Amino acid sequence: MNDTLAGLLQVVLLLVLLAACYAPLGDYMAKVFTTERHWRAETLLYRLVRVDPSSGQRWPVYAAGVLAFSLVSVVLLYLLQRLQAVLPASFGRGAVSPATAFNTAISFVTNTNWQSYVPEQTLGNTVQMAGLTVQNVLSAAVGIAVAVALIRGFVRSGTDRIGNFWVDLTRATVRILLPFSFVAAVLLLIMGVTMSLRSGVDVGGSTFPLAPTASQEAIKELGTNGGGVFNANSAHPFENPNALSNLFQIFLLLVIPVCLTRTFGTMVGNRRQGSVLLSVMGGLWAIMLVLAWLAETHPTGAAGIAGGAMEGKETRFGIPSSILFGVSTTGTSTGAINSWHDSYSGGAGGVTLLHMLFGEVSPGGVGSGLYGILVLAVIAVFLAGLMVGRTPEYLGKKLGRREVTAAAVSILVMPTVVLVGAGLAIALPGTLDALGNDGAHGFSEVLYAYASAANNNGSAFGGITVTSDFFQSTLGVAMLLGRFVPILAVLALAGSLAQQKRVEAGAGTLATDKPLFGVLVGGTIVLVAALTFFPALALGPLAEALA
Amino acid sequence: MTATLERPVESTGTPVKAGAFRPAQLWASLPDALRKLDPRTQLRNPVMFVVWIGSVLVTLDAIWQPTLFGWLIAVWLWFTVLFANLAEAVAEGRGKAQAESLRKTKRDTVATMLDGSTKGATELTVGDRVVVVAGETIPGDGDIVEGIATVDESAITGESAPVVREAGGDRSSVTGGTTVLSDRIVVEIRTKPGESFVDRMIALVEGASRQKTPNEIALTILLSALTIIFLLAVVALQPMSAYAGGAQSVVILVALLVCLIPTTIGALLSAIGIAGMDRLVQRNVLAKSGRAVEAAGDIDTLLLDKTGTITFGNRRATELLPVNGATDQELAVAARLSSLADQTPEGRSVVELCAERYGLAPEASPEEARAEFVPFTAQTRMSGLDLPGRRIRKGAAASVLAATGVDSDADGRLRELRLREVTRLVDTISDEGGTPLVVSENDRVLGVIRLSDVVKPGIAERFAELRAMGIRTVMVTGDNPRTARAIAAQAGVDDHIAEATPEDKMAYIKAEQEGGRLVAMTGDGTNDAPALAQADVGVAMNTGTAAAKEAGNMVDLDSDPTKLIEIVEIGKQLLITRGALTTFSVANDLAKYFAILPAMFAALYPSLGALNIMGLHSPRSAILSAVVFNALIIIALIPLALRGVRYRPTTADRLLRRNLLVYGLGGVVLPFVGIFLIDLLVRLVPGM
Repeated sequence: MNDTLAGLLQVVLLLVLLAACYAPLGDYMAKVFTTERHWRAETLLYRLVRVDPSSGQRWPVYAAGVLAFSLVSVVLLYLLQRLQAVLPASFGRGAVSPATAFNTAISFVTNTNWQSYVPEQTLGNTVQMAGLTVQNVLSAAVGIAVAVALIRGFVRSGTDRIGNFWVDLTRATVRILLPFSFVAAVLLLIMGVTMSLRSGVDVGGSTFPLAPTASQEAIKELGTNGGGVFNANSAHPFENPNALSNLFQIFLLLVIPVCLTRTFGTMVGNRRQGSVLLSVMGGLWAIMLVLAWLAETHPTGAAGIAGGAMEGKETRFGIPSSILFGVSTTGTSTGAINSWHDSYSGGAGGVTLLHMLFGEVSPGGVGSGLYGILVLAVIAVFLAGLMVGRTPEYLGKKLGRREVTAAAVSILVMPTVVLVGAGLAIALPGTLDALGNDGAHGFSEVLYAYASAANNNGSAFGGITVTSDFFQSTLGVAMLLGRFVPILAVLALAGSLAQQKRVEAGAGTLATDKPLFGVLVGGTIVLVAALTFFPALALGPLAEALA
Repeated sequence: MTATLERPVESTGTPVKAGAFRPAQLWASLPDALRKLDPRTQLRNPVMFVVWIGSVLVTLDAIWQPTLFGWLIAVWLWFTVLFANLAEAVAEGRGKAQAESLRKTKRDTVATMLDGSTKGATELTVGDRVVVVAGETIPGDGDIVEGIATVDESAITGESAPVVREAGGDRSSVTGGTTVLSDRIVVEIRTKPGESFVDRMIALVEGASRQKTPNEIALTILLSALTIIFLLAVVALQPMSAYAGGAQSVVILVALLVCLIPTTIGALLSAIGIAGMDRLVQRNVLAKSGRAVEAAGDIDTLLLDKTGTITFGNRRATELLPVNGATDQELAVAARLSSLADQTPEGRSVVELCAERYGLAPEASPEEARAEFVPFTAQTRMSGLDLPGRRIRKGAAASVLAATGVDSDADGRLRELRLREVTRLVDTISDEGGTPLVVSENDRVLGVIRLSDVVKPGIAERFAELRAMGIRTVMVTGDNPRTARAIAAQAGVDDHIAEATPEDKMAYIKAEQEGGRLVAMTGDGTNDAPALAQADVGVAMNTGTAAAKEAGNMVDLDSDPTKLIEIVEIGKQLLITRGALTTFSVANDLAKYFAILPAMFAALYPSLGALNIMGLHSPRSAILSAVVFNALIIIALIPLALRGVRYRPTTADRLLRRNLLVYGLGGVVLPFVGIFLIDLLVRLVPGM
C-alpha cells in the first residue's frame, strides 16, 4: 500500500470515528449542561466550596468566576514550579526559572501549552502530574463552560442569568473530561504509550527519560492542550509509538470540538444550526489538509529531487500522517506536534500558520472553537444579514450595538496581539540572534510564535529560541490576552443575548441552518483572516512558497 | 398623488421622479462638501477621519519631499475625503430647498389671538387660542375648539382638494401652514414652539435632527473595528518590511491603509440613511425618527384596515340574481329604477352595473326624474321609486319580504317555495361576504342584488409576496365575523379581526409582540392612539386626530392606509443597501492587496512579483491606481446609495443569494477590472 492510499484510509477512518461519536457525545454533553440533577460527588464539592449550585449568575459574576479561578490556577502552577526543588518525585530537578515558570503557568492555564523548556530535563513528576495535567483538565473545562454560557445566551429569553460557572466547570470536569480521558489513557497504554513514575530507563548503556505519559497524553489531546511530557511531543516514540496511536490522538484532539457543535444544535433546539457550523469547521479543515498535503508531496528544491519532504518528520508516520496531525493540531488550538512545522515546505508551513490565524475555529479548541466560530457567525450575520432587508438577527436574537461591540472586541484581540507582538519582536535587534533562519523563513518563525500564543495553540514552528525574557514575557502576555479578553467579550455577548426576547424566525429572516449560511460564515472567516494577515503572510511563508 | 415635498410649496411644476439623481447635484453640493472637510465634522465618521489624517500626513510628506507620485497620492486621498463629503452633502441638499420654503411660510405667518392681539407664529405655545378666518394661514398645529371650515392642506399634503375640519370628533385637527378657505375657526395650539409639524418637516428634510440609528451605530462600531485591525496590520508591516530589507515610505503605507479600511461604506453610510428618510418623504410619509424606518424593515405582522386598503372604500353591486321566474332584464330594469334617485355609493353602483351589463341608460329620463322617490328610513329599511302603476322597492331581505309577501298572486304552496328560494339566495350571498338587497315590483319579488366588498385587484398577489418575505397580514374590520371571513379568504390575508374595537387591536398587537414579532399598523382616531403607540411602526393618517399623530412614529400625509406596505419595503431597501455596500466595500480589499502588496514587496522578495496578477505597469502606477479606484468608486456609488439597491419582494434566501452574488462576488471581481483599467491610463503619466 502506498503512502497516499494509507493516508486517505486514515482520513476516512478518522471521519468515521468522529461521525460515530457526533450524536451520542454531543447529546450527552447537552444533557450534562441542561439537567437539573447533581451527582452526589458534585453536591459534596459544592458544599465544600460553599457554592449554591441552583443559583444562576449574571455575566459579570460568571466572568469574575472564570478570572478568579484562572488567576488562582496561574499562581498555584507558578509556585509549584518555583518550589520544585523541595517537592517529592522531582528527580533532583531544581526550581524552574521565574521567566519560564511565569510563561509555563500562563501557558497551561490558558489551554495553550506553549513550552519554552525541555520537559524531561526541567520538570519532575509532581509538577507534571499535580500541576500541568490538572491544568490540562481544568483549562479545557473552563473553555467548555464559556461555550455553554454563550449557548445559553442564545437559548434563554428575557433573563440576565447565563448559568453558574462553578457548576459548569465541575460538570465539564467530572462528567466529561475525567471519565473520557481515563478511558483514552487506558487505550493509549494498550497501544504502547509508556506510563511510569520512574525518572528513566537504561537501555544499552544510555538512559532514556520516562514519565507518566499515557495519563497526560490522553488529556493533552482530549482537552486540546498539546503540552507534551517530552520535548519531542507526539514525535517521541514513548508518547506516540505507532500509526494507530497517532490516529487515535488525532481523533482525541478533534472529538470534543466537533461534537460540541451537536451540543449547540441540541441546546438551541435546531440541530441543523450545529451541523452548519460543523460543516464550516470541517470545510476549512479539509481545505487546509489538501493544501498542506499538496505542498508537502510536491515540494520544490532539494526535497523535490528526493521525492518528498521528509526532513523533520518521523519515518514511522510519513508525510500523510504528519500532515493530518499538523493540520488537525493547528486547527484545534492543541499545539501537539508529531513533526517539525519549521521543516515543512513554505506552502505547508504557511498553511499551518494560516490555520491558526483563522482564529482556531476549524474545529478549534475545546469550547473555544465553538464560541470562536459563534462570534465569527455573529460578524457574518451582521455584515451580510442586512442584505435580506432586516436588522441582523441570529438564532432569534437581534444583533445590536452591544452584541456587535462584544463580537468586535473578541475578534480584534487576536490580530492585535499577533501583529503588535510580531512587529515588535522583529523590530528588536536582539531577535535576529534568536532566529534559526534568516530571510522570510526567519520572519515566519516569529510570526508563528505570536500566532500560536495569541490563539492559545502552543505549537512551535521551531527554529526560534524563545527563552529570552523578552519572548517569555511577551508570549506570556499574548497568551493571557488571547485567552481572557475574548472570554470576557463572549460572556458579555452571552449576557446581552440572554436579556433579549427571542424573535420568531420566518421566511423573511436570514436562514442560519442552510448551506448558504455556511458559505457565508466560512467566507467571513477566510476573508477576515486573509485581509488582516495578507501583508504579514506575504513577507513570510508566501514569499518562501512562491520562490 | 404627487410628491409635493419634492418641489417648492408654491410651485406647480412637474414633480421630480422619486430618487432621481442628477450629476448637477454634485456640483451644487460642492461648497457644502468642502465645508465638511473641517476635522470636527470628520470626527463623527471614524473611517473617514482616518482617511483625513492620512491625507494630512501624505500632504505634509509631499511638501517635505516633493515628488509627483507623492502629490498625486495626496490629491487623490483628499478627493476620497471630498467624495465622501459630497455623498452626504448631496443627500442633505435634496431637502434644503423644501425646508427653506417651509420656513418662509412659517416666518411670515402672524397669529390673531382670541383677544384680538397678534403674535408671530413662531412664538405660539401650547394652550394658545388663535382665530383663523378665510384666506388666512393656520399659524400652528392644534385642534379646532370652535367652528367649522374648509381647509386647503396642499402645502403639507400636495392634495389640492380642500377638506372639512370641525370642532369635536376625529376631524378637529389642523396643521400649521395650511390655509382656511371658508368660515372662521378657533384653534387651540397643541405643540410647543419649534416642535410643530412644519418644524419637524424642516428638520427632517434638512437632516438636522438626524441621529444615528441603532443599526447604523452598530455598523459604525464594526467598521471602526475593521479600521483598527487594518491600522494595526499596516503599522506592524513597517518593522516586518524593514526586517525584510526595506522600510516603506509614509505615502505608500497611508495609501495601503486607506485602500484597506472600509472607505466605500464609511463614505456612503450617512447618505444611505438620509436618502432612506428622503424616499419616505417623497411618498409623503414623515417618519419621526430613523429608528422607525429601520423598524419598518423588521416588521413581521401588518395590521391592515379592510376599508381602503384591502377593499375599495364602499360596497358595490356586482351581480343581479333573478328569482320567481323573472328574467335578467326585468330585474335589471327594476333594480335600475329603484336606485335612480339613490345617491349613496351603493345605489350609484347598482345603476352603473345595469348600464354596464344590461345596456340601460345611466341617467334618469325626464319622465323618470319626475317620479316619486321613496327614501330609505331606519324604520322601513327600504328605498325605491313610485311610477304610475309601478311600486319598486329595494332593501334588506326581511323588510322587502314582509312588505310584499314574495308573490301575492301565487298560491300558498308556491309562495312557500319561492320564499325559500329567495331566503336561500340571500343566505348564500351573506355567507360569501356580500350584502343582499332584495328588489321587488308591486307585490312581486324579482330578485336579489349582490353588493360586495370589492377586493382591490392585485392585492392577493401583494399579500402572497409579503408572505414570501415572511410578513403576516392581518385584516382589521368592523364587519361581522361571517362577512369578515369571506373577504379575508378572498384577499388572501393570513388572519383577520372581525368586529374590531381599538381594544381588540391593542390586544392583538401585544400578543404578537409577546411572541417576538414586530407589528405595524395604521390608525387615525383618538382611540387608535394607544395601539399606534404600542405598535413598533404606527402610521397615523394625516386626516386623523392630533392624538393619533402624536402617538404614531410616522405620519402619512396622503392618509392612504395602503402605504404601510410601501413603508415596509422602503425600510427593507434601506437595510439592504447598507448591507450590500458594506459587503461590497470589504470584498474590494482583495484586489487592492493584489495591486499594492507586490508593488511594495517585489523589490524585497522578487518571488512576490507573482502576486501582480493584474500585470500592473509599475509599483507606483499600481498603488496610484488602487487609490484612484478607491476614490472613484465612492462617486460611482452615490446614485446607488441615494436610490437604494434594486429591491423586489421575495424570500430572504433568494435576496441573500442574489445580493451576495452581485455585491459580494461583484465586489471581489470589479476592482480587479477597475484597477487594471485605471492603470492603463495612469501608466501614461510621466514618471510612473
